[in-house]
Amino acid sequence: MSRSNVVLLDHWVSPYAMRVRIALWEKGVEFESRQQDLGNKSELLLRSNPIYKKAPVLLHDDKPLCESLIIVEYIDEVWPSPPLLPSSSYERATARFWADFIDKKFAEAAIKTWRSARSAEELEAARNEFFETLKQLEEFLGEKDYFGGETFGLVDLALIPFWSWFSAYEKFGGFKIESPKLSAWIQRCMERESVAKALPAQEKVLEFVCMLRKIFGFDQ
Amino acid sequence: MAEEKGVKLLDLWSSPFGQRCRIALAEKEVEYEYKEENLSDKSELLLKSNPIYKKIPVLIHDGKPVCESLIIVQYIDEVWPSKTPILPSDPYARAQARFWADYVDKKVYECGTRLWKLKGEALQEAKEEFILILKTLEAELGDKKYFGGETFGLVDIALVPFTSWFYSYETYAGFSIEQECSKLVSWAKRCKERASVAKTLYEPKKIHEFVGYLRKKYGAE
Repeated sequence: MSRSNVVLLDHWVSPYAMRVRIALWEKGVEFESRQQDLGNKSELLLRSNPIYKKAPVLLHDDKPLCESLIIVEYIDEVWPSPPLLPSSSYERATARFWADFIDKKFAEAAIKTWRSARSAEELEAARNEFFETLKQLEEFLGEKDYFGGETFGLVDLALIPFWSWFSAYEKFGGFKIESPKLSAWIQRCMERESVAKALPAQEKVLEFVCMLRKIFGFDQ
Repeated sequence: MAEEKGVKLLDLWSSPFGQRCRIALAEKEVEYEYKEENLSDKSELLLKSNPIYKKIPVLIHDGKPVCESLIIVQYIDEVWPSKTPILPSDPYARAQARFWADYVDKKVYECGTRLWKLKGEALQEAKEEFILILKTLEAELGDKKYFGGETFGLVDIALVPFTSWFYSYETYAGFSIEQECSKLVSWAKRCKERASVAKTLYEPKKIHEFVGYLRKKYGAE
């Protein structure tokens, strides 16, 4: 029987792509990563994700899957061990809720700190929103080792990639992220091989964001 | 440590998101207590059950709250699996269903809202965008009975509540959805033949009245 063919249309700096890489490595799935040039999108990318034309896209035996959290749930279902989602329906709903919160609220606020805030007022608002969502996440984490409890799961995987962007948020948002609770959790996640492999160094991300800002016409 | 047993839904009659939950519960024949919320005076229970967003719908099952309509629908499907599955069993088909339900979430409500809120140039742009969104959905539906194929499922549930708003969208933006997307209109009719949908959706004229009230409230008149 032929081995299943797993290809990731990838982008090294995308937190969303990092989520998929983490999930695949957690499951021990071998895959081919193909870096995408988002300024000059490949035929394959446009064909595989005609709706959003974005990475990451997972191609499993040539069948495309889009949207990082949907891809991660798929990976969890096809390769069930070790599980990324809890087994109880209520805990699954809770995990999905917080993963979605990270997408809807945290990621939105984070983007504003380096990309969309044009005035001092907008930046101030972005900062407040960022810290507000971070605080809500901290509260949910509480005293647990991971967001899901004792094991690394969906919510941890959804959030940890953004840590590679923290230097960028701090530099352009004009703040320092200090959270002992989160720091402990970050360290725990970074001890996992899948996470350590998936996240680029903060300096590299910062370099990339500086370049993007020049392209978008910010800065200096 | 007695938890209140049973199923409660905190909701607003006209909310398409709330209707998704009501349709799912009806498909599964689950008995529940419906609680109408006054969004200008949110109940203690709502604020306690959804402290993050303070929004409806919220499903409270044996005292434990579940928030966000598509998450609620998936929860309902998992807790009451024996009747009429809402998600398919094949992982790839499930991923496709989630993708398109998410597409409806990202696109239909936000763009549809602009159709009754805005005027002039901005309204024209919203109209073009909305037609494109509907055509994209129609292409995905193809010649299937439902989005999931033969069985009524997640994507159908995600989209069908918005069909009661079609009349208002058409009236304010000046176009005909029947003309642009007749297959989608036929699909909506098929869905409304299901008891769960028929008893949950309101008549377009009633929604239109509600939209009129919203327009006044947001100063769009």
